Amino acid sequence: MVTMLYDGSFEGWLTAVFEVYEYKYAAVQIVTSEQHQPNVFATIKNVVTDEAKAERVWKGLKQKISANAVAQVYKTFLGEEIGVENKLLEYVQYAFSRPQSIESDFAHSAVLYVWQMAKKVHREKHRMEAFIRFQKMKDNLYYAVCQPDYNVLPLIERHFKDRYADQQWLLYDTRRKYGLYYDLQNVSVVEMHFSEESNEGKELQHAFDEHEALYQVLWKQYFDSVNIAARKNTKLHIQHMPKRYWKYLPEKRQL
Amino acid sequence: MSERIREKLSILADAAKYDVSCASSGSKRKNENKGLGNASNGICHAYTEDGRCVSLLKILLTNHCIFDCAYCVSRKSNDIKRAAFTVQEVVDLTINFYRRNYIEGLFLSSGIFKNADYTMERLVRIAKKLRTEENFHGYIHLKAIPGASDELLQEAGLYADRLSVNVEMPTEQSLKLLAPDKNRKDMIAPMKYLKGAIIANKEEKKLFKKAPLFAPAGQSTQMVVGATPENDLQVLWMADQFYKKMNMRRVYYSGYVPISNDNRLPAIGTPVPMIRENRLYQADWLLRFYGFSLQEIVDQENPVLDMDIDPKLAWALRNPQLFPVDINYADLYMIMRVPGIGVGTAKKIVAARKHQQLTADHVKKLGIAWNRARHFITCAADAYTHKDLLPLQLKSLIMQQTTSKYQPNFSPQLKLF
Ligand code: SF4
Repeated sequence: MVTMLYDGSFEGWLTAVFEVYEYKYAAVQIVTSEQHQPNVFATIKNVVTDEAKAERVWKGLKQKISANAVAQVYKTFLGEEIGVENKLLEYVQYAFSRPQSIESDFAHSAVLYVWQMAKKVHREKHRMEAFIRFQKMKDNLYYAVCQPDYNVLPLIERHFKDRYADQQWLLYDTRRKYGLYYDLQNVSVVEMHFSEESNEGKELQHAFDEHEALYQVLWKQYFDSVNIAARKNTKLHIQHMPKRYWKYLPEKRQL
Repeated sequence: MSERIREKLSILADAAKYDVSCASSGSKRKNENKGLGNASNGICHAYTEDGRCVSLLKILLTNHCIFDCAYCVSRKSNDIKRAAFTVQEVVDLTINFYRRNYIEGLFLSSGIFKNADYTMERLVRIAKKLRTEENFHGYIHLKAIPGASDELLQEAGLYADRLSVNVEMPTEQSLKLLAPDKNRKDMIAPMKYLKGAIIANKEEKKLFKKAPLFAPAGQSTQMVVGATPENDLQVLWMADQFYKKMNMRRVYYSGYVPISNDNRLPAIGTPVPMIRENRLYQADWLLRFYGFSLQEIVDQENPVLDMDIDPKLAWALRNPQLFPVDINYADLYMIMRVPGIGVGTAKKIVAARKHQQLTADHVKKLGIAWNRARHFITCAADAYTHKDLLPLQLKSLIMQQTTSKYQPNFSPQLKLF
């Protein structure tokens, strides 16, 4: 058994896949250095992320499966499920072993897994596009924190860049401790460290734009006014707007 | 100042909430030249406590109204607080809500003050200001006021993504009874105009890519159900006509919420017909996405939708001779008609069976409602034997097995199967 340790990045994983072929590993396990638990029976192999190798695997995959399926592979990776590296390896090996695309062979366990996982990640991406709430700061920056279940920031970047082309914004993932910053030209990855309290915006209060509080109140007012009491359906409400998102939603907070 | 705007918002959002159309999809407005927003996504940013999607800032410009429609909170004779937004207030609210990612855009409707054109002209002015001064590309849905002039409709179409004229009642009789100031003609005329203008714009777009957009998300309408005695056949017949003759994108069904003590209407406290509303949406989906004809869903002999089972299951039980369907060989169209299998899953089945014969275990994992579908399909290596049950036995069996899962779904925004 060979255990390949990589840095946790998508390119790193692709590099590992390349090396599985390069060294013709049969029994192999890919795992991040962080998660790795030493096992005396395994041979350890460190993978050094290599863009050229990653690129070749990615290109090769694009020739075997559709753009949509390639995107599913990426989404599945961002799901960060334990062992995902090996499930995806199985998928890729299956894809490379067949003349036609295997992406719709849902009776195959790896194909089914990728499809299901990509769907979950996609749903979280969509939820973040819906439930992100920006707050305007004095310096005109629109600032939002989130805590997505999966690592979806890379997937929502385009959406917010297209949508808010004329405002500066910062989107910060408090779980993974990095954010995206748009400066009216480009989006860059930023790493910052906030304490949990400042995430709630409490310490930032003084830095808010003077109208920020008003619009939060108005939004909550709106949210309360459109409810039709005669149709109340709490179960459905929670199903659509899971409680774990509430702390970031002004309409669900006591203002 | 901020108190006043808050009060206006509470009055004018409250009055607009009975209009059920809230979808923000089906447009294709791109954010060009670094402006604000785009309309193409159809995102629900919040859900009300009754479980309906909030995607647009849905407000009335004013709840003053010269008309007296019995089913409407804004009617002249209703003793309520009145308010009106200024053009600038609506623009500011829309922009500020949009920038904070609260909404996909604006749904603007209005009571009629003075006359139709006077009101419509203000709605158009708001949309124009958003597009031309604020460089806003988010979604805008304007309510066309019945009786407004063609010129104003034309202008509205240049700025709005969608336009709608509500028919309100499924028959002219009911409309006469409940909305004595309105007439069918004033509602149908703008629909016809819009239909023509939308089609003309599509032709123009084919010739000149640069031709301006005209209501790219089309038009929709709304019918109130449960306020008057029409049956589902009448309601769905009307909807079917709108889809076929007016190129409507959507027909919304609004279960009547009793709001006034008026002896022409169900008394306050009468429950909102939510299951019926849900069934109508399900039937509507079958018409639009599943290739069903109206007669397959309701006809003179069955003019009312079944309340305890969905219309697709009801259809299947009325047509036992068409089942079971062989998952490995039937065409896509027939697989879509199996109760418990949606359009997406049907497509997936057809794709997956090219690789290998599908067994029950395979299809179960593809996301079908197995407890329901199993009675109507055969798979490879099928050992299942109960397929000669009578429709009535089958119905009670399915209802027993699916009670826990079978939570009727009231949101028009959702997948219903
Ligand atoms: S015209 Fe419209 S706003 Fe006025 S009473 Fe009738 S439905 Fe209500």
